Amino acid sequence: MIRYAKPTTVDEALALLGEDSWRILAGGTDFYPAQGSKPFRDNVLEINGLAALRGIVETDSHWLVGARTTWTDLIRHPLPSAFNALKQAAREVGSVQIQNVASIAGNLCNASPAADGVPGLLVLDAEVELRSAQATRHLPLQEFILGNRRTALLPGELVTAIRIPKPAATGTSAFVKLGARRYLVISIAMVAARVVVENGVVSEAAIAVGSCSAVAKRLAGVEAALRAQPANHALAAAVQSAPMDELSPIGDVRGSAEYRQDAAREIVARAVLGTIDHSAGGKVAA
Amino acid sequence: MSIERADIAFEVNGAAISVNVPPLRRLSSVLRDELRLTGTKVGCDAGDCGACTVLVDGEPVCACLMSAASAAGAAITTVEGLANGKLSALQASFLEHGAAQCGICTPGLLVAATALLEKNPFPTEVETQDALGGVLCRCTGYRKIVAAVMDASRHVESLNRRMPQSGHAVGASPIRLDGLPKVTGGEKFGGDSFPADALAVLVVRSPHYHARFAFGDLDSWARARPGVAGVFTAADIPGKNCFGVIGPFADQPALAEGFARFRGEAVALVAGERETILDLDLSDFPVSWTELPHVLEPREAQADGVELVHQHRPANLLTSGFVERGDPDAALSGAVVTVSGAIDTSYVEHAYIEPEAGYAYMDGDTLVVVACTQAPYMDRDDTAKVLGLAVDKVRIVPTATGGGFGSKLDVSLQPLIGLVAMKTGRPAALAYTRNESMISTTKRHPAEMQATIGADADGYVTGMVFAGDFNTGAYASWGPTVANRVPVHASGPYATPNYRAEGRAIHTNGPISGAFRGFGVPQATIMQETLYDELAGKLGIDRLDFRLKNCLRNGSETVTGQKLDSGVGIAECLEALQPHWTRALADTELFNAGSSTKKRGVGVASCWYGCGNTSLPNPSTIKVGISSQGEIVLHQGAVDIGQGSNTVITQICADALGLPLEKFRLKSADTAITPDAGKTSASRQTFVTGKAAERAGRALREAILRFANVSERAAIALDGANLTIREGEATRRVELSTLQADADGLVFVAEETYDPPTLPLDAKGQGKPYAVYGYGAQIAELEVDLKLGTVKLIKITAAHDVGKAINPLLVEGQIEGGIAQGIGMALMEEYIPGRTENLHDYLIPTIGDVPSIETILIEVPDPEGPFGAKGLGEHVLIPTAPAILNAIRHAAGVLVTKVPATPSRIRAAIRDKEARQ
Repeated sequence: MIRYAKPTTVDEALALLGEDSWRILAGGTDFYPAQGSKPFRDNVLEINGLAALRGIVETDSHWLVGARTTWTDLIRHPLPSAFNALKQAAREVGSVQIQNVASIAGNLCNASPAADGVPGLLVLDAEVELRSAQATRHLPLQEFILGNRRTALLPGELVTAIRIPKPAATGTSAFVKLGARRYLVISIAMVAARVVVENGVVSEAAIAVGSCSAVAKRLAGVEAALRAQPANHALAAAVQSAPMDELSPIGDVRGSAEYRQDAAREIVARAVLGTIDHSAGGKVAA
Repeated sequence: MSIERADIAFEVNGAAISVNVPPLRRLSSVLRDELRLTGTKVGCDAGDCGACTVLVDGEPVCACLMSAASAAGAAITTVEGLANGKLSALQASFLEHGAAQCGICTPGLLVAATALLEKNPFPTEVETQDALGGVLCRCTGYRKIVAAVMDASRHVESLNRRMPQSGHAVGASPIRLDGLPKVTGGEKFGGDSFPADALAVLVVRSPHYHARFAFGDLDSWARARPGVAGVFTAADIPGKNCFGVIGPFADQPALAEGFARFRGEAVALVAGERETILDLDLSDFPVSWTELPHVLEPREAQADGVELVHQHRPANLLTSGFVERGDPDAALSGAVVTVSGAIDTSYVEHAYIEPEAGYAYMDGDTLVVVACTQAPYMDRDDTAKVLGLAVDKVRIVPTATGGGFGSKLDVSLQPLIGLVAMKTGRPAALAYTRNESMISTTKRHPAEMQATIGADADGYVTGMVFAGDFNTGAYASWGPTVANRVPVHASGPYATPNYRAEGRAIHTNGPISGAFRGFGVPQATIMQETLYDELAGKLGIDRLDFRLKNCLRNGSETVTGQKLDSGVGIAECLEALQPHWTRALADTELFNAGSSTKKRGVGVASCWYGCGNTSLPNPSTIKVGISSQGEIVLHQGAVDIGQGSNTVITQICADALGLPLEKFRLKSADTAITPDAGKTSASRQTFVTGKAAERAGRALREAILRFANVSERAAIALDGANLTIREGEATRRVELSTLQADADGLVFVAEETYDPPTLPLDAKGQGKPYAVYGYGAQIAELEVDLKLGTVKLIKITAAHDVGKAINPLLVEGQIEGGIAQGIGMALMEEYIPGRTENLHDYLIPTIGDVPSIETILIEVPDPEGPFGAKGLGEHVLIPTAPAILNAIRHAAGVLVTKVPATPSRIRAAIRDKEARQ
């Protein structure tokens, strides 16, 4: 017999994780497609009984998003406008049916290069809270997702929360997704941009692009090029001439590498403009 | 190895229930298999189609992605829980709008829309689309779904079936006669009625495009697995292990013998108890593979020295079709203007939301196969052949079919489950997984086409040359039909006095290409219609005017030399589009003057399409009678795969008979009880079976009139179990119960057959291939984002000459659905074996991808068709893709020569153009 467990407390879950090797089941929206029609041969730890891991709370220093918080939970929770990109992305994670059960942490643990949730969290300087029976550690999101389907999760560990430091939850953000159809589509490329404007000038910019490298990337060159610029439509020109060396797109059924590189720059510009002019941002899809 | 079962309690549709299942069993499976709530459908098991949408504590979720354990304590609502004794307003609205065609996606849509309407009774179009974006529909084109949801809260009356009065059925739009179970969840599709004691069947398939294989010790493997009832291979097949839709080309084994010619080919079956099969790991199945060189492209397949896919088909050529008229070379060299081009298209997957499913059992010495299909008699004949049975020892009972579009014409699982039932004596059930459906069943042929068209100084087309290679994949299927249909149709509905066209079906180790709505004509039309735009441009003639100038008229001769005396409606279609064309061009010009990154464009394209088999017999037989209880019993053998034949054939029969539609009771296309009405294919059912139904209705009427000894002017009526016949002042009343009934309980009965009059094509493709043609033309308006290469469709205006719209609402539904498939073909659908074998990598249009559609019905009666009707099922998608490509070129100045025109390809074309400037 293989094992199945559905603990109701985090401590119980961590104890189980410490004693055996398990696949974690949360929303199931990546778990079941990966399983297909194959029989189960791994121990499965279902964490849907862990009520403590669902919900969003504000502390003095952070916004804490419980690992089981669904995309719908996030959409419905009042949050500062720095979270706009993440909320817009939430509406593009699969369908409403997916958003109602899929967890935010699951999107990170699945570590798909096309995970719509990642850029919006990267621009918020998100950290991942990892707990085991022995310890708790916090890793910046960039250090948690290591590659296509690879994370820094250690045996015995569970992602318990995503932490947004308050200083990063400032300004306004926007998300732009590029796909070949309107709904339920894997992104060809997607961008989150967060911009803080003080006295008409960009004081801080955070830009992240997904689906154009094995792991979504922050664009340091673009961010630098935007800082200290007047917050107007000329920002698009700053994006067009900025270095974007972080991206290494591949060609696949959704588009050529050249197309991705080209389109990514365009949607970065649109996302940046979207932060200062709401009519310019939002979703782009065919 | 399995996980221990657990008791799990939750609420379903208000009732508390408890099940004992493995906790990771998908909720969809628990609902369907344990609770027999089969209204919740399984289309992909991956959250890609939304057919399994249920409400969990009021929120829509995909039941295929939820563990049974996760549902513990929750309140689940399925489609069966929406009705509450009488239809909900939403369900009634769906029926009245014609929002359900085949009905397989309907439960998921209804459930998702119910959640929306709970929160927002009067949603906008965008809110409706946002809520339903996760449910795919392949039939309707979504427009009627959006309308049905937006109107649902205004629906106050009980269901209005819109039953027409006696004698007025043709031209009326009653709701579909088979509609009710489609909105209640009661409809039984291929996978919805498996017997509880049926053996489950798994198919072992080739993971390679071309490979030799050998089995190890199958018996020991099976014996070591309790619950496995048997393993079956080609060696177990008692008949001729070779099937195919076109007898002389039949070449496909039901189970491969020694080597596999394509990825996904079936090589063995494992049958066992359901729980055993669910937990069976096939990774150690004793088969060894030796990969062999393979070819996937026609160009490679025709190279010198390439290994042949079939030894008896030199150069991997399955067959070719040819049409020649006049002197095309001289005409082109003498033309004032010529244009040439090349277009490639991709494999297109049918992507019906219902994967193939069915079960088989032995009834005495007769094998009964209960499965979804488009062609019950062809299934019967091929299944009998493979299993070594006489055709009268195989009975095909079609279930409701959740979309077909051509692919469910070929047998798929019928011989496989039939073999297991025969060998084990137990019922055998199988529902293909989405992946299995995609890798093993047929596709639309990828085409590589070139053409040249010339015109004279007055703007008349003088000649055309066309050549197309069609990748027909590993087996023949309908490849010969595509090779023959394309040359007949590649001129489009335009007078082309000098013409040569060749279509070739080339074998590769790719997926089998077969029938898909249009049999190659949609591909060829892209070639011709994009060149027509170039010709018009070179001639300086408006693109629509150019088409009107050249279109076929009554009295024209086609490229096969067929004189069309009457019923040619293409000019009427194009003329009906003229005001829309003028308006669209003006709108576009205005928009483009103020926009630089986004540019709008307008495109137009036409279609014609011959209804029925090409120069081959394709009869339909209809039997209709009156029972002693006063019911009109129609043996309606034209399989309804969503297009509406159950309703349309009955409407025709009702008016021919002169009795009201509501008195009809339909018998299904079960081969044991209903005569052969042919396959649901080639846009033939309304025309061919409709004509048989018209004749049968008239014959039944004549029998009644003769019995009553009255003239043909008499009116008949049914009043309970009495038949009333009135002529002038005289009234005669016939008590049906006093008449002698036949074995079927019928007191009057008629059976009539119709086979369209065609003539063979000669060596130059000259002859009369079809008795009836249908016509149409569409305008596409769209916006191209020049920086991203994305396309936003704004509107499609479609004018189709259907001869006579037997049911205008169903006609609109066909048009909208065909357009949606044309949109997919134009912009996103590209099946790549090994890479897009699921519904998230293979994209079909969602509810947000189909723009507003304005339908203009043109009725130029055909002298041959029933009540003047022509076919339309395939016509409707043919103009869409070329109209879109022409509109993209109008907007962006680039023609994309590889379809689909994805953002990546459009942007590359724009970049190339910019580099040239």
